[in-house]
Amino acid sequence: MKTLAHAIEMYGLTDAGMVRSHNEDAIVFEADSGLAILADGMGGYNAGEVASGIATTLLAQGVKAAIEVVPPHVPEALSGKSAAHRILRLEIEKANLAIFQTAQSQPQCAGMGTTLVSALFYDNRMTSAHVGDSRLYRLRGAEFGPLTRDHSLLQEQLDNGLITPDEARRSQNKNLVTRAVGIDPQLDPELNDFEVQVGDVYLLCSDGLNDMVDDADIGAVLSTVSGNLPLAAEQLIQMANDNGGRDNVSVILIRINRSFAAERSLWARLFGWLAG
Amino acid sequence: MAKLILSLDGMVLREFKLEKNTVTIGRKPHNDLQIDNLAVSGEHARLSMIGADVFLEDLDSTNGTQVNGQPVKRQLLQDGDLVELGKYKLKFMAEGAAKAAAGAPQEDFEKTMVIRPGGVKPTAPAAPPAAAPGPTPSYRAGDTVMELPPAATPAAAPAAEARAAAIKVLSGANAGKALDLVKNLTSLGKPGVQVAIITKRPTGYFITHVEGPSRPLVNGRQIGVQAEELSDRDVIELAGVKMEFFYK
Repeated sequence: MKTLAHAIEMYGLTDAGMVRSHNEDAIVFEADSGLAILADGMGGYNAGEVASGIATTLLAQGVKAAIEVVPPHVPEALSGKSAAHRILRLEIEKANLAIFQTAQSQPQCAGMGTTLVSALFYDNRMTSAHVGDSRLYRLRGAEFGPLTRDHSLLQEQLDNGLITPDEARRSQNKNLVTRAVGIDPQLDPELNDFEVQVGDVYLLCSDGLNDMVDDADIGAVLSTVSGNLPLAAEQLIQMANDNGGRDNVSVILIRINRSFAAERSLWARLFGWLAG
Repeated sequence: MAKLILSLDGMVLREFKLEKNTVTIGRKPHNDLQIDNLAVSGEHARLSMIGADVFLEDLDSTNGTQVNGQPVKRQLLQDGDLVELGKYKLKFMAEGAAKAAAGAPQEDFEKTMVIRPGGVKPTAPAAPPAAAPGPTPSYRAGDTVMELPPAATPAAAPAAEARAAAIKVLSGANAGKALDLVKNLTSLGKPGVQVAIITKRPTGYFITHVEGPSRPLVNGRQIGVQAEELSDRDVIELAGVKMEFFYK
């Protein structure tokens, strides 16, 4: 497996915030594999961090093992989509079942669950998978905005025109998600594909960031400080905490420094040449 | 629990708890909250509870409904909003306001919980799940409730604003120019050469080195790797340019 660390830089931080006594967020990132995962756990006592810990650990292990076997860019015969899709979906389903079963068998873990957002980079592309209200943002040039849509009551209300964006900001229902990992034996993660450009900066974050800091301010940090990812991550967490830090806050920042096209096999190249 | 306080000419008439998912207000007796006055329409307005939010809707009443002096058709109510129907006033008290006053621990507020997709049924009867002490009116949370239901806390506790400050360029081509530090984050310097940021925080203004081989000087001394707080009249030297930080 070729490492992507020459092309992709990643950095992440997680913080309990100013109010919560413990941190139920979990993050995993590995530039070598082009993989970043962030989970925001929920439920009873310390079970939230159990759920987010299981989700990030299992997903990271599963995806890394799977892309050793089948490179993520290889198209699948049946779906025509990249292998990344199948791998992410399958590994998220496995993590979901593991959390669900743990919650069923361990009384102290009953009802635990977690949100999840992950990004897998390969072949100048990225496949995102998310469940719940943890987000993926992108800064491209001067343009900054979310690539994911929350699975939340507020987003549904927005989609149905029942609430204005301004009312959504003032709503007390910010904490209601409509999908979570580990709650049901079945789960439908949302997967999306994006092409990736050199210079892009990606941000995975828990709602502790985007509930406390305006998108415009998050974008300003990324565009100003993206040359220094650790500083940008610290800055984002500090802003969330300065604004009250009412929730755990986690960020993973990813900057694309070089192109990272996948190496095709001789046969694939020959086929491409014949077909072209 | 959210409630309304009905008053007329400054006299409190009654307190009305919002215990149902939908509460109607009007002159006719079948309304949940009846106001027997000719300026109030038969079916005048409706309140809908969605999660912890309360929406007010005017039912095409003859004389209209106002919130804080503004006519409204449908609006999310905020704690302390004053709803007016004719001469009658209804003060809206959000659910969390009472709890917060009672000193409920912050920790319990706003923890994430799951609701089942499609579970939002504004007309469904309230069925408070066993796990959640307290009302969870309009959604069916069932066994997926993780934590206490959300209590309304004031949205994003407004951070104390730092005093207004600015920097004035002392040397170079832009000498004499001033820049107000209005943004939370202002970058200084030349990308690729030397860049620093000044961040505005509730406690003051901080300078942090971002890129370049050398870090900026403050009063002739090189700053560390960490952010450093600026004091009034500090002189910053960055990419060969001197500038002064000052509070306005």
